[in-house]
Amino acid sequence: MEQQFDTSKIGMWLFLATEVLLFGGLFVGFGLMQARYPQEFIEAHEHLQRPLGSLNTVVLLISSFTMVMAVQAAQRSQKKKLIVFLLLTILCACIFLGVKYFEYSHKFEEHLLPPRWYHAQPGDTVHDPSTGGISHGYGTFFAFYFMMTGLHGFHILVGIILLSWLVVRANRGEFSKNYFTPVDLVGLYWHLVDMIWIYLFPLFYLIK
Amino acid sequence: MSQHSSTHEHAHGGTSLYVRTLITLLILTAITVGASYIDFGQGNVVIALFIATIKATIVALFFMHLRYDKPVNAVIACAGFLFLGIFLMFCFIDFGSRDGLRPVNWNGKLPVETAAPAPGAAPAPAQK
Amino acid sequence: MEHTLTTKSHTGDRPRPAKNYLTEEKGIWSWMTTVDHKRIGVMYLVGVLSAFFVGGMFALLVRLTLLTPSHKLFGRVLIDAQTYNRVFTLHGAIMVFLFIIPSVPAALGNFVMPLMLGAKDVAFPRLNLASFYLWVTGAVMAVLSMIFGAVDTGWTFYTPYSTTTDGAVTLMTMAVFVLGFSSIFTGINFVATVHKLRAPGMGWFDMPLFVWGIYATAIIQVLATPVLGITLALLALERVFSIGIFDPKLGGDPVLFQHFFWFYSHPAVYIMILPGMAIISELIPTFSRKTMFGYRAVAYSSVSLALLSFIVWGHHMFVAGQSQLATVIFSALTFLVAIPSGVKMFNWLGTMYKGNISLETPMLYAISFLLLFAIGGLTGIFLGTLSTDVHLTDTYFVVAHFHYVMMGGTVIAFIGGLHYWWPKMTGRMYNERIGQIGCIIVFIGFNMTFLTQFFMGSKGMPRRYYNYLDQYQALHAFSTVGSWVIGLGLFMTAANLLASLRKPYDAPDNPWGGTTLEWQTSSPPITHNFEDQPVLEKAPYDYRPEPVAH
Repeated sequence: MEQQFDTSKIGMWLFLATEVLLFGGLFVGFGLMQARYPQEFIEAHEHLQRPLGSLNTVVLLISSFTMVMAVQAAQRSQKKKLIVFLLLTILCACIFLGVKYFEYSHKFEEHLLPPRWYHAQPGDTVHDPSTGGISHGYGTFFAFYFMMTGLHGFHILVGIILLSWLVVRANRGEFSKNYFTPVDLVGLYWHLVDMIWIYLFPLFYLIK
Repeated sequence: MSQHSSTHEHAHGGTSLYVRTLITLLILTAITVGASYIDFGQGNVVIALFIATIKATIVALFFMHLRYDKPVNAVIACAGFLFLGIFLMFCFIDFGSRDGLRPVNWNGKLPVETAAPAPGAAPAPAQK
Repeated sequence: MEHTLTTKSHTGDRPRPAKNYLTEEKGIWSWMTTVDHKRIGVMYLVGVLSAFFVGGMFALLVRLTLLTPSHKLFGRVLIDAQTYNRVFTLHGAIMVFLFIIPSVPAALGNFVMPLMLGAKDVAFPRLNLASFYLWVTGAVMAVLSMIFGAVDTGWTFYTPYSTTTDGAVTLMTMAVFVLGFSSIFTGINFVATVHKLRAPGMGWFDMPLFVWGIYATAIIQVLATPVLGITLALLALERVFSIGIFDPKLGGDPVLFQHFFWFYSHPAVYIMILPGMAIISELIPTFSRKTMFGYRAVAYSSVSLALLSFIVWGHHMFVAGQSQLATVIFSALTFLVAIPSGVKMFNWLGTMYKGNISLETPMLYAISFLLLFAIGGLTGIFLGTLSTDVHLTDTYFVVAHFHYVMMGGTVIAFIGGLHYWWPKMTGRMYNERIGQIGCIIVFIGFNMTFLTQFFMGSKGMPRRYYNYLDQYQALHAFSTVGSWVIGLGLFMTAANLLASLRKPYDAPDNPWGGTTLEWQTSSPPITHNFEDQPVLEKAPYDYRPEPVAH
C-alpha cells in the first residue's frame, strides 16, 4: 500500500539523518583539527594519491547511477534489468574497496599512521615546540583518514551485503511495480554512502 | 493504488534524467579535481566544499528522488544537516576564540614538569 | 472469535473480552518473538524497572558511605575510595542509559501511544523488537563491564582520565553505544508512527499531548544519539589505538571530547524530561476534569524545547577551558531554553484552576512533579548563569539540581503514569490508599535527600568526593536518612503494584474517566487493540457531558 511505502521511506530518511550526524561528528573533529594543524594537514595530504581518490569518486558516482537504474527497473517490473544493475552496483563497490585496500597498504608501508605509530616523512616541516620532534598534526591527519575512510568503507561493505540480499530476493521474483520498497530503501542508503564520499574526497585528497 | 504510484514514478525520473544527472556529477568531479591543482590559497577549501555541496544536492534531489517526494523527507534530510551545522558552528566559535585564555606574558613555551609534587597534595589511600 | 465486544459504549459497561494481549498467546517463545507493541512495552517495563532497582541500590550505597566522614558502618569502613568512584559511576550510567532514557518512551510510550492514536501497532513492529533486544544486549554488556573491572570515570567519561584509567571503560562505552542504537530505532519508529498511523479524523492538533511529548522526544533521539555513538567510538579508539584525538600528548584536545559528549547529553536530558512532561499533560486534565489550558501552546512548547535543547550544551563546560565568547553565548541561549518549560507550568496550573480536582495516586504524583520540577528547573537557571555557575559547578548544588529534574521530574511522572495506565496494562486496580501514602513518603524522602544537597553545594561541598570536611557531616547524614525514606516509599509502591497482580481482573475500561482513545479499549486490551478502526469524533480532553442519545 502507498501508506506503507511512504512510512518506510520516512523511516529510512530518519535513519539517514542519523548517519549524517554520525559521520558529521567525525567531520567536525576533522575540521577542528585541520584548523589547529593547518600546515601539517596540507603537507600530510600530499601523501594521498589523488588519481586513486578520483577514480574511487567516479566509481561511486557510477554505482549511484546503476543503483537508481536498478530501482527504476524494479518499479517497472523488469526483473533481468534489476538484477543486472544490482550486480553492476556491487561490482563498483568491490572496485572501490579494492582501490582502498591498495591505498591502505601503501599507508601502512610508509608508516603514514596515527600519532603513536607515525614516522616522520621527508616533506614534514612543522615541529612540536614542547618535545622538539615532529608535530603531532601529521599523525592526527592520518588518524582521521583511517577513521573516516574506514567507517565509510564499513558502510560500503554493509551495502554490498544488502545489495547481495536484494539480488537473491530479486531472483526469486519478489519485486515488481507493486512492491519494490526494499530496493528503494537500499538505494537511498547507497546514495547516502556516495554522498559521504563526495565530501570525504575533497577534504582529504584535494584541499590545499 | 500502487499502479498509481508507479505511473507517478514514471512521469518523473526516467533513464535520460539519470544519465544527465550522472554526467553532470562527473563533470563537477572533473572541475573540482582540476581546481585542486591550481593554487587559490584559502579559496581552495571554499571551492571544493561548494562543489561538493552542489554534487550532494544533485544526488539528493534526483538520485534520491527528493525533488519528487513528499516534502517530509526533504525536511528530515535538511534537519540532519542543519543540526550538524549547529554542532560545527558552536565548536568553531569555541576553538576559534580560545587564545584569550593564554597569559599575557606567555613566551610560547609550555611549562616544564617539576620534580616536587604540589604542596598539600594528599598521598592516595592512607588518609584518615 | 471469542470477543464479545459490541459497539463502542460507555466506560465499563461492556463485557470483558475472553482473551487479551497477555493471554492470547502463551509461552516464553511467544513473548521473545512478539511484535506486539504492548508486549514489548511490558518487557521494557520489567527491564527498566530492574535497572532502576540496581541503580537505586548503588545510590543507597553511595549515601551510606557518606553517612560519616570516616565511611564506617558498625566500626568497619564500608568501601574504599576506588570502589566508591566505581559505585557512583555505575549509579549514574545505569540510571541514565539503562533506566531513564528508555523508561517513559519505551515502556509506557510503546504501550500507550499506538492506542492513543487509534492504531494497531507502531510503524515498524519488528524494529521495535530489535530495539528491545539492543537494550538487553547493552544491559548485559554493562553488567559484564561491572564484573570485569567496572568503571570509575563518572558517567560522563571525561578524557583524559577515561582514556588512561584501567577498568572496563571500553566495554561499558560499547554497552552505551549499543543502547544508543536502541534509542535511535525507538525514535525512528515513533516519528514515523505519529506521521503516518493516526486514526482517521485525527489531525496533528487532535492528538493527545502525551503523543506530542513522545514525538518531540523521538526527534531528539534521532538527531542527538548518533553523536553519542561517534563520541563513544572515538573514546574506545583512543583507548585501544591511541589515535590521539583527545590526548594532548598526542596532539589532541580533551575539551573536544566534552563538546562531542554534551552535544548529545544535553539534548538527552530533554529526552528524559519531555516524556515526563508528556505524562503530566495527561494526568492533569484527567484529574481536574477540565480541558487542557492552551493545548497548542503545550504542543508547540514540546517541539520547541526539543529543538532549543540542541544549542545550549556548552553550559556544561563553562569552566572546562571553553573560550569566553562561546561561554557567554551558551549562557544566554540557556535562558531561552527555560521559556517553553515555563509555558508548560503555567498551562498545567491554568488547567487545574477551577477544575474538579480529585487526588488519586496519579494526581498526587502530578502535583509532586509540579513542585519538584519547579525547583529543579529554577535551579537550572542559577547554573546557567555564568557568574553563579563558577561557584556552583561541580558541587552538590548541581547534583541536587539534576536529581530534582530527573528524579523529582521524570521519575515522579513515570511512577504517576505507571499508576495511571496500570489498570489498562494489567487489568487490575492497585490499592489506592497505599499508592497515595507511597507517593507522600517518596515526596518527603526526596526533599530530605536532595533539598539538603542544595545547601551542601552552595556551602562548597564538591560532588563525587569520597572524603569531606567535618562541617558537612550533619547535612550528609540528613541526606542519607532521606535516601532511606525514599527507599521505603518506593518499596511500598512497588509492593502495592505487584500485589495487585495477584488479583483477578477488576479494572474497568476507563477507571479515571479519561477522554483519550486508549480508554476505549478493554483493560487489558485485546491484541489488535481495537475491534474496529476507531474514528476520532471528539477533541482530546473534552470533558463536556456526552449527549444522552447514543
